[in-house]
Amino acid sequence: MTETVTPAPPAPPAASAHPGDTAALAADLVQSVDWVALAPVAVTAAVALLLLLADLFLPERRKPLLGWAAVAGLALATLSLLPLVGEDRSTFCLTTDAAACSYTADGFALAIQLLVLGGALLTALLSVTTVADSKLPPGEYWFLLLSSVAGAALLPAARDLATLVVALEVASLPVFALIALRREDRKASEAALKFFLSSVTATAVSLLGISFVYAATGSLHLRTVAQSLTDVDPRLTVLVPAGIVLTLVGFAFKTAAVPYHFWVPETYVGAPVPVAAYLSVIGKAAGFSGLILVTLYAFPAYAGTWGPVVGVLAALTMTVGNVGALRQRPDAPHSAVRLLAWSSVAQAGYLLVPIASAAYGDDPGRAVGATVAYALMYAVVNLGAFAVVLRLHRAPRAGARPGADGGTRVADFRGLYAAHAPTALALAFFLLCLAGLPPGVIGLFAKVSVFAAAVDAGLGQLAVVMAVNVVIGLVYYLRWTALLFRAPVGAPARLSLPAPVGVALAVTAVAGVVLSGAPQLVLRFVSGSLL
Amino acid sequence: MITLNDTVLQYLLAAVVALPLLGAAAALLPAPPGLRGRSPEQAVLRHGVTVTGVVLAAALALAAGFDYDRAQDIQGGTDISWIPALGIRLHLGVDGISLPLLVLTALLTFLCALYSYRNPPKGPTPTAFVALLLVLEAGTLATFAVLDLVLFFLAFEMVLVPMYFLIARWGGEGRAKAAWKFILYTLLGSVVMLLGLLLVGLTAGTFDMVALASDNGAGIGRTTQIVAVLALGIGFAVKTPMWPLHTWLPDAHTAAPTVGSVLLAGVMLKMGTYGLVRIVLPAAPEGAAHFAPYLAAFAVVGILYGSLACLALVRRGGGGDLKRLIAYSSVGHMGFVLLGIATLTRTGVNGALFANVAHGLITGLLFFLVGALKERTGSTDLDALAAQAAGGRGAGLYGRAPRFGGLLAFGAVASLGLPGLAGFWGEMLALLGAYHPADGLSRPAYLVFMALGGLGTLLTAAYLLLVVRRVCMGERQPETAALPDVRGYEFAAWTPLVVLTVLAGLWPALLLGLTDPAVQNLLPGVSR
Repeated sequence: MTETVTPAPPAPPAASAHPGDTAALAADLVQSVDWVALAPVAVTAAVALLLLLADLFLPERRKPLLGWAAVAGLALATLSLLPLVGEDRSTFCLTTDAAACSYTADGFALAIQLLVLGGALLTALLSVTTVADSKLPPGEYWFLLLSSVAGAALLPAARDLATLVVALEVASLPVFALIALRREDRKASEAALKFFLSSVTATAVSLLGISFVYAATGSLHLRTVAQSLTDVDPRLTVLVPAGIVLTLVGFAFKTAAVPYHFWVPETYVGAPVPVAAYLSVIGKAAGFSGLILVTLYAFPAYAGTWGPVVGVLAALTMTVGNVGALRQRPDAPHSAVRLLAWSSVAQAGYLLVPIASAAYGDDPGRAVGATVAYALMYAVVNLGAFAVVLRLHRAPRAGARPGADGGTRVADFRGLYAAHAPTALALAFFLLCLAGLPPGVIGLFAKVSVFAAAVDAGLGQLAVVMAVNVVIGLVYYLRWTALLFRAPVGAPARLSLPAPVGVALAVTAVAGVVLSGAPQLVLRFVSGSLL
Repeated sequence: MITLNDTVLQYLLAAVVALPLLGAAAALLPAPPGLRGRSPEQAVLRHGVTVTGVVLAAALALAAGFDYDRAQDIQGGTDISWIPALGIRLHLGVDGISLPLLVLTALLTFLCALYSYRNPPKGPTPTAFVALLLVLEAGTLATFAVLDLVLFFLAFEMVLVPMYFLIARWGGEGRAKAAWKFILYTLLGSVVMLLGLLLVGLTAGTFDMVALASDNGAGIGRTTQIVAVLALGIGFAVKTPMWPLHTWLPDAHTAAPTVGSVLLAGVMLKMGTYGLVRIVLPAAPEGAAHFAPYLAAFAVVGILYGSLACLALVRRGGGGDLKRLIAYSSVGHMGFVLLGIATLTRTGVNGALFANVAHGLITGLLFFLVGALKERTGSTDLDALAAQAAGGRGAGLYGRAPRFGGLLAFGAVASLGLPGLAGFWGEMLALLGAYHPADGLSRPAYLVFMALGGLGTLLTAAYLLLVVRRVCMGERQPETAALPDVRGYEFAAWTPLVVLTVLAGLWPALLLGLTDPAVQNLLPGVSR
């Protein structure tokens, strides 16, 4: 975890002439570990390993237990956040400098970890039936999913560049395998390969950038880097900005910001639906927390360098995402997942706005709060929307071989209200939240807080671009919503509702409604400084 | 009239806003034992009447307890923090501007519920109908009662969903398209409006309408004000509707069920003009002054366009639909309201607020009557109606259903602005305001607007008298059956509107005494 100044190996026996000295020396060199602070990550990782082992010994008919064990493990990990609330705990600190730590569980880290673990819990609920139905190997599936979750949970708490990159890779590498798990599916393998190759390239570029930064500052700890960057050797004035921009590349890739968005639609369509949901929410959250950490924790002195970059990325990302979503034809194969994929690109654009604003405003904490609040809202409603898509995905269509149909099309949602009113109402609510319209009040306020961040920072143009994009977004979200209430064509398909999907749907719907009534629950991050 | 302390008023106002929502939720639940009635349908329709009745009673009590000596002050105010992070508060209150609109909304919704109780709309289950009606009422009442920009937007939007379904599910021919057009127009309008609200709120640093009004645009630069007024104006203009953004209205009215049309014309159109008076005038006065001449010009075009369209519809062989005609006449009438606001004078704004309420009463009545006419004769097509009597010159309603025909003629005459009825004062005051607009506005231009508006009143009189000619008059043929005359429940639903139309016409001070102090408050430094 700490590559910078490694805890030195135990002192050689030859030097330990006086046993008392050895103990004192060891205390100097070995970092203390705060396991309570680490618990959310450690529990997830441990459960992942346990499940992989258990898979070897469980008989075939007991395999579904693995899924429930994963759900329980994630619930436990989520609960382990509770004792950490309200205090900043750091661990893996340098013995020479107690302020330089590699892992810090502060307000920001806890908020993102809540998002990651809660989102993963919902993903796990969605996956239980998919794993059984699509004949995915359960041991591998749950191990890969939980490993990725562990990486994503580690990321927001990481406070040195090396840990950050390791966490980012731990979060993304298992996902390639998850996408490719459907072995017979050529599309899935192609998607996984595309995703893998581009992701690895992005990480390599990031590492190059980090090496530049290290060359200029001599440290990997975010806090030390930030301090050193205020006073850089004049001969390195080209190297440092280059390093900063290159570092951003890897994180921008994970957030699917333009121009690294091209992998999104194909990958989401090729992946099992719960994995697509996972990528759209947790994968994105990981990318965002990384981006916030490098920009605001490590490079605040160079806000003039990365601020415009992030601002342009935000504007491009939301525009390209919205236009892409707008162009989706409702009756094309897989159009539901494809539309959600493009919409997730657009939403990433909104999420980037406060980060760009933080470069210009005088209160970056508020701006980051807006991103966190928006991400929490987005996680709830997007997972809800995916749950509904999954439900329709499972609906047997007459005369279609499993896996051979066109996937879920937006057109399949026509008349859903007549057939399944609660599901249709839930989806309508989620879509309106994503669009930012009442009755999706929380979506509206999350957008307002993002908008306010841009206006406060004086980024008028970005606010205007965002406003135009919100209007474009309305068109496709509303088109889909209206379709739900149209008269159905033919007899409505009978939908089964597996219990775990039902639970996930209910949890997201209730959470969305509660947040709409009391938006302060997530918006308090906007008023309370997270930095 | 009666003295209630402010806490009681506060609870009354909160009840007026919250009761319909609770009632809507209750309508979806099965009826408790003892309230089951003859059938579930009857029980839920009766539930609708009860809830809207209680809301009306609360609104009337609120009006009775309102202190008329301080009509400019916010009374019955509630102010609770809701989202501290964004500075959004649950701020409610009434003053002389919002009180008449609150009472009008409560009254019209109650009358609609009463009417539907005996004459359930044709369509899917009445449970959903009653629930939607109550949500619609809650949204409209909340729009008039809230004093926070963001809450205002929420309330404004809350009305769209029930109205969409009322049209799309219980409407007549072409309802799907009309409902879609309605939602698309008003939604896009209100998104633009939201941007304007945010711009005002974020630059001024508060979303509170009272604080914004007392600042009177001090904290907002001129350019920002102009941009904000443009955005807000587009949103409100779509809702009002202002020419040329009115095209959703005729379709929506033609397709909507009777109750939907009544509420759409009676209260929903008022939300747009209310927003202009409540938010645009006080919060961004410079922006308002910048756009006032344009607004007045569009308003006058709307007046002329509305009446010319009606004249085209009413002529023989024009194939005009009576519902569509009244919808176009609404465009003209709301043009007067906009003209009054655009003068930026006390006279004009008072006239606008008066015309607002008068239009609600009269057009509400007319839509009720047209709905009943359609039910009796099976058509609202003017040519088809006229063909039912000898020579095809008139439907002969006077002869076939005398009281009904008389009421229709009353509604038409009230709508054309006959002195002594409610329609007169508002339009006269609006024109009077245009005769002498606020300082800084071009007087010659406004004189032209006034003259054109005056021409509009003539055209309005022409087409409404033609309507009377073609529908009410005409010789009764011996073989055409007499139509059922006004029924008991119709009598109950329409009488209050008739009485109030006459009352407001004969005693305009009742309403003007209420609005004028509040308007003075919103337009400080304006002497006329």
